[in-house]
Amino acid sequence: MKRVITGNQAVAYGVILSRVDVVSAYPITPQTTIVEELSELIASGRLKTRFLKVESEHSAMAALIGASTGGVRCFTATSSHGLAYMHEMLHWASGARLPIVMVNVNRAIGPPWNIWSDQSDSLSQRDTGWIQLYCENNQEVLDTILQAYLIAEKVKLPVMVVLDAFVLSHTSEPVEVPSMEEVDSFLPPFCPDYPIDTQEPRAYSVITMPEHFMEFRYKIQKAMEEVPDVSKKVDDEFRSRFGRGYGAIERYGKEEAEVLLMTSGTVTSTSRTVIRKLNEDGLSVAGLKIKRFRPFPSEEIYGAIKGAKKLAVIDRNLSAGVGGIFAQELRASLYPREERPQVFGFVSGLGGRDITPELIGQAIQYTVEHPQPEEEILWLGLKR
Amino acid sequence: MIEIRFHGRGGQGAVVASKVLAVAFFHEGLYVQSFPAFGVERRGAPVMAFLRVDREPIQLRVNIYKPDHIIVLDPTLIGAVDVTSGLKPNGWILINSGHPPETFNDLKDFKIATVDATSIAIRNGLGSRTNPIVNTAILGAFSKVSGLVGIDSIALSIREETPGKKNENAKAAREAYNEVKFEIRSTKSETISNDKNPKFKTNDS
Repeated sequence: MKRVITGNQAVAYGVILSRVDVVSAYPITPQTTIVEELSELIASGRLKTRFLKVESEHSAMAALIGASTGGVRCFTATSSHGLAYMHEMLHWASGARLPIVMVNVNRAIGPPWNIWSDQSDSLSQRDTGWIQLYCENNQEVLDTILQAYLIAEKVKLPVMVVLDAFVLSHTSEPVEVPSMEEVDSFLPPFCPDYPIDTQEPRAYSVITMPEHFMEFRYKIQKAMEEVPDVSKKVDDEFRSRFGRGYGAIERYGKEEAEVLLMTSGTVTSTSRTVIRKLNEDGLSVAGLKIKRFRPFPSEEIYGAIKGAKKLAVIDRNLSAGVGGIFAQELRASLYPREERPQVFGFVSGLGGRDITPELIGQAIQYTVEHPQPEEEILWLGLKR
Repeated sequence: MIEIRFHGRGGQGAVVASKVLAVAFFHEGLYVQSFPAFGVERRGAPVMAFLRVDREPIQLRVNIYKPDHIIVLDPTLIGAVDVTSGLKPNGWILINSGHPPETFNDLKDFKIATVDATSIAIRNGLGSRTNPIVNTAILGAFSKVSGLVGIDSIALSIREETPGKKNENAKAAREAYNEVKFEIRSTKSETISNDKNPKFKTNDS
């Protein structure tokens, strides 16, 4: 059934349809309305999920680590400072191989204080061993939650589903909400390999000597390497049942384009309108959406950029001292390749500044007109 | 695509109005995108909300800078904030006011409509005398003035989206539909054929 709902409501529907057993969360703007919606349903008895009230995001994740180890399906949501506060527990969740799904609503980290969209929060957690999936509309948000549980439980790694503050979280648009029966046939109940069982006691996450520790990390890397195949199968299955699919990346626009624009999140959605217009005007340019940031889709990207001479990347994030993080990851993934298009790294829209069609058009125009970037970081829409 | 901006004060329900109107358009088979001004809301402070409507799925995800129409929930905002900012020529400004449209001569470059949504809300027991809930009534007036969306779709959406007093809210919208004052001028609006909504027009010209 199609309903007009916000991105945060789409998350809540995804959680309800995934038959999540335990939710634990602490409020922070712009995530709050997700757990508000869920807690109201739980309090009124309409949703049979346990809600664990906690005093911080660190404890929220710690509570889910306990619940997930116990063998149940878990969910939390956070943003910005809340995610940063969880940092230690994020490593624990992946190290303990727990298939927790979390939503992070992208928000800048202060100071200066700011509640608007910026990917610096989720991207600063890129080395914590979590799979990261970015969304461009509310339908994709709901669908990605459903897919995330299946992927997480197959590879035994936690998944972070990421959406933009306000531009999705508080924006209402039509979303097809699947029925419980449809989701049940897609997403089976969670069956952990090693649940806590008093009849068969085990020790979890005990001290591990140097002679064994490295192998645990190797296995996490191997699990990450399974993600491209597993998530493709999950996406194919999803597409066959629901008629919608997303892939790790998506190329759109002109087929034989020398200039490609790489974006993530809602910037992709706006870029589609810009590229369609430019193609109609005869400009040979295409777009590349990056949905999966971790593991980084190097193979998929390389397959999609054949023939391109220049890649423009718009990053709504900044690793100070280096530049945009998507651009850096892209450069690193291209280095060992035979064909290495020029990478133009644009940084824009920090702290929720609008990334307008005009700015996107400027980035494309600059890339078309310059054989290589004049600066390593190209600031888009900066007031100098 | 049609873009609409709502001006109100924190607590008046501008954001809900934008959502209710979105759902009304949605019931007529159109795609919608409704969002608040992404700020920190305070009761009584000027707030804005936005709505996009189109026949195609809406991929544009930026603020609305050049709205086609404006809806003002509180007349004291006129002059306090630039309610006409970016408004396209030929766009409507619908104001909650008991005064006739000529009162707002400062805005005479645009088409003005007024409706006494405050009195209609009080008459229907919506909110209190000091804090009437005007956001549903004004949508009825918008249906009449713009001709873009039917009053039945507005009433249906109000029933679905408002938390209480559904009948009173729907009745207030119908009363505002009948009572809104505006000067009928010829417009250059181009009509785009749409199977489900023959009324849907844009002023992109």
